[in-house]
Amino acid sequence: MRRIRAAAVGAVTLSFALTVAACGGGSSGTEGSNEQPKTLTYWASNQGANLEVDKKVLQPELDKFEKETGIEVKLEVVPWADLLNRILTATTSGQGPDVLNIGNTWSASLQSSGALLPWDAKNFEAIGGKDRFVESALGSTGVQGQDPAAVPLYSMAYALYYNKRMFADAGVEKPPATWEELAETGKKLSGNGKWGLGAEGSNLSNNIHQVFVLAKQHGADFFTPEGKADFTSDGAVAAVRQYVDLMAKDKIVAPGNAEYAQNQSLSDFAKDKTAMVLWQTASATFESQGMSEDEWGVAPAPVQSGEPGPGKATNSMVAGINMAVFKNTKNIDGAKKFVRFMTSDEEQVVLNKAYGSIPPVKAAQQDPAFNTPSLTVLRETLATSATALPQVPEESQFETVVGTAVKELFADAAAGRAVTDDSVRAELEKAQQQMPKK
Amino acid sequence: MPDPAVRRPRSPMAAPRSFLWSRRVFLTLLTVFVLLPVYVMISSSLKPLEDVSGKFEWLPSGLTVRPYFDIWETVPLADYFVNSLIVAGAATLCSVTIAVFAAYAVSRYSFRGKRVFTVTVLSTQMFPGILFLLPLFLIYVNIGNATGIALFGSRGGLILTYLTFSLPFSIWMLIGYFDSVPRDLDEAAKVDGCGPLGALFRVIVPAAIPGIVAVAVYAFMTAWGEVLFASVMTNETTRTLAVGLQGYATQNDVYWNQVMAASLVVSLPVVAGFLLLQRYLVTGLTAGAVK
Amino acid sequence: MTTTAALDAGERTARKNDPGAAPRKRRSGRLRRIALPYLLLFPAILLELLVHLVPMVIGVVVSFKELTQFYIRDWGTAPWAGFDNYAMSLDFDAPVGEALLKSFLTTCLFTVVSVGLCWMLGVAAAVFMQESFRGRGFLRTIFLVPYALPVYAAVITWSFMFQRDNGLVNHVLHDQLGLTASPPFWLIGDNSFIALLVVSVWKGWPFAFLIIMAGLQNIPRDVYEAAALDGAGVWQQVRRITLPALRPVNQVLVLVLFLWTFNDFNTPFVLFGKAAPEAADLISIHIYQSSFQTWNFGTGSAMSVLLLLFLLVVTGVYLWLTSRGRKATDA
Repeated sequence: MRRIRAAAVGAVTLSFALTVAACGGGSSGTEGSNEQPKTLTYWASNQGANLEVDKKVLQPELDKFEKETGIEVKLEVVPWADLLNRILTATTSGQGPDVLNIGNTWSASLQSSGALLPWDAKNFEAIGGKDRFVESALGSTGVQGQDPAAVPLYSMAYALYYNKRMFADAGVEKPPATWEELAETGKKLSGNGKWGLGAEGSNLSNNIHQVFVLAKQHGADFFTPEGKADFTSDGAVAAVRQYVDLMAKDKIVAPGNAEYAQNQSLSDFAKDKTAMVLWQTASATFESQGMSEDEWGVAPAPVQSGEPGPGKATNSMVAGINMAVFKNTKNIDGAKKFVRFMTSDEEQVVLNKAYGSIPPVKAAQQDPAFNTPSLTVLRETLATSATALPQVPEESQFETVVGTAVKELFADAAAGRAVTDDSVRAELEKAQQQMPKK
Repeated sequence: MPDPAVRRPRSPMAAPRSFLWSRRVFLTLLTVFVLLPVYVMISSSLKPLEDVSGKFEWLPSGLTVRPYFDIWETVPLADYFVNSLIVAGAATLCSVTIAVFAAYAVSRYSFRGKRVFTVTVLSTQMFPGILFLLPLFLIYVNIGNATGIALFGSRGGLILTYLTFSLPFSIWMLIGYFDSVPRDLDEAAKVDGCGPLGALFRVIVPAAIPGIVAVAVYAFMTAWGEVLFASVMTNETTRTLAVGLQGYATQNDVYWNQVMAASLVVSLPVVAGFLLLQRYLVTGLTAGAVK
Repeated sequence: MTTTAALDAGERTARKNDPGAAPRKRRSGRLRRIALPYLLLFPAILLELLVHLVPMVIGVVVSFKELTQFYIRDWGTAPWAGFDNYAMSLDFDAPVGEALLKSFLTTCLFTVVSVGLCWMLGVAAAVFMQESFRGRGFLRTIFLVPYALPVYAAVITWSFMFQRDNGLVNHVLHDQLGLTASPPFWLIGDNSFIALLVVSVWKGWPFAFLIIMAGLQNIPRDVYEAAALDGAGVWQQVRRITLPALRPVNQVLVLVLFLWTFNDFNTPFVLFGKAAPEAADLISIHIYQSSFQTWNFGTGSAMSVLLLLFLLVVTGVYLWLTSRGRKATDA
């Protein structure tokens, strides 16, 4: 009879599960509560050389926080490959962390799901006010005109990294400031198995970052002000073409770069195989690959002409990591306290120093640690000439489809097939049609 | 290596030269094909990172065993290994046990819905995993909320998932195998006073050990290598190897030499165990599959 | 279906060996006897329901919903989409449908070639190793290694070997043999199909080898001896005895390999990462992208359901054809 009872219990459980599942996600509380004021779960993104490094950086700070507030923070460092899927499943099921890191370009997409706590004036007040943060970093926290879905935690920007020795060997005196100069310099540096510029042709996000900036320089945007996809404007086509032409026409990017997706372009750079890369905050990587800091130089990423600045003189996207709170947290006050702690002037210096990034908090930027030549370039780029990626809910689709289009074009270029305005437009047209209809 | 010069004593007829030569050439090529990646793994795991991320060379110019020490620092490999062992081991144990019961019922009893059961079970093999990843996740969470049994993020949830992955094929194979165990044997046992379960465990299971081993190996390998479900259903403390090995590809760099070293280290016990069971597996699959 | 074929055989033998079973039933044991098979099946049924069938039903429901990121937080609120998701997936003139169709055809071609190669390698190796020779056990051990390595480890190693500039494959083909004018790409562009095929066959054929090797052990020796007396050579014996004897094994093996290969997610995902090149855009990856990367779970589910229907039809037709063929030969 015991078996029958077990069967009955099982059947009841199952039908119960069915009913509940049919009723949808488990996101019960909408505004968060304070049921569990003593603990927090925190998903950190992988910022250091590996997961263990991250734990070593973060754990002492979390201990400090526990000492101050008595709140224990359970840390999990989530690899980038899993982070977005984990957030998605957490959103669907309502079973997630209390506080988490998100790539700042995901802000608007995640905001639209309604799972993240909106940072209205009251919430910002709880962490010391909105005006503590740098303007450009706040630009990448959600759809404009809505309360931000996250607050900036670490900031990064693109810059041109160049190999000083290779420059000296080729008789190049100063790093290129415009694309034209970049192509010329690149040609001087290419040859004998060496190449002028590195690219990461199969890395979708990187492709997006690069063509987004170029599109800005051509006065184009991938989304209309109303938030509709607009991938095939002349400016967008010109931007994508210009980027792929670095390989197809100027031939300063090695064809092999078309399949790079795991930062092989950075190891090529560290091995003196390529002389330049356009990358965000790459110093830590170069050091981990055995380069010493005086071997490379950092210059602002190129523009079409003149000096970097706003608008058409944009030379970087606003890169970085934001910190968000899940709306249905059971420790809403503790979560805010934790965000306040992590964005405090003192912690911002500690953390950004450890990761080689720039603090998005104005006061923390004043710390001398961020005055090195390379960080100064990044800081100024962020302050004057960086633009946030489109803050639209479809951003992550945009990254996938346009990033793939650029990848396919790189594959064409590497195989020696012609890259023309028409072929670029066709790829972008295809990408645009895959976007959800509105 | 194959040696055609050795006379095959039981051969009904001496094989012609063409057969021996084809055999020699074919098996040699196949061995190369099979072992090439294994060689790459071994040689790459012994190179310093700069060499590995550089041009491939057959013979490593600089040998180092450092990767074999570094692997434990870069990711908590030992934890992942233990998780994988627990998950795959438990999934195997449960899957085999449940399959044995089900196969016994199908093989020895006639009952209503038998055909529906077997057809449905086999058709679950056709479901694309993507289709039920999110629904399954939801169900686990809801069961957790309703009963307090934490399935989501726990090893239990993963065990449950994996055991059902291998269940259909296991049941199907065991039915065939049980059918080949003569019924007189269990009837005799019943006459001797064994209940139906007694007959199963005292007679049929011992006679079917090879088939059961085959099923167990299959179930284990299914759970051991799965990536998709593990990537969303585990957290730091329950992460399995299949996902954890990806930790060597970090933000900045892919530690190729460590990936290879770690893969070898974790595969070694499995390959060894697998080979120990190989003899059973060959005979086991025979009866199950051929029926 | 082999299962059902096996089943019928089982039932037949059951009745043959146990002719008086029904009349001999004792009254007290009757209930127990009827309930017992169901109790034995209960755990299997419960788990299949929980992990496969119920989620599948939910998946089918979702396929009729417009489940995008705006609604994932609470599935219930997602608006019904009717057949919109299906219409979009099946409109082969529009880009989404066109891409799905292309991915589907790629997958079909890939599956057929991969299963064919796996099967051929398996048969050839098993036939060549049917007779014992020195080193046979050792070789058998080696041949099972691909099956025993964790998928991620094996596939990541292949992707390492397929790198254009630094990989072993081009080192051999281009640098050492000089077969190509410039080193070809394997992980992007059209060759990616070949790369995927190589990895899939490498990983899949040992299973075919195992099953066929096991099948060969059931062929009685005296059949061969009789054929040898009739003057049949080794090749003829293979053609006339071995291959026909493998028919029942093949029926199952090919079906299982087909389903696994068609639905394989791990291999392309590890080999190519998030965005598979067009030439190797398998349906499982395609659906993953359509649902997880573009956050449109309704469309992704609709595609999955279509795929499931296709596989059901193919399996049904396949089993009907092969079983009919078998009955014909049996008779």
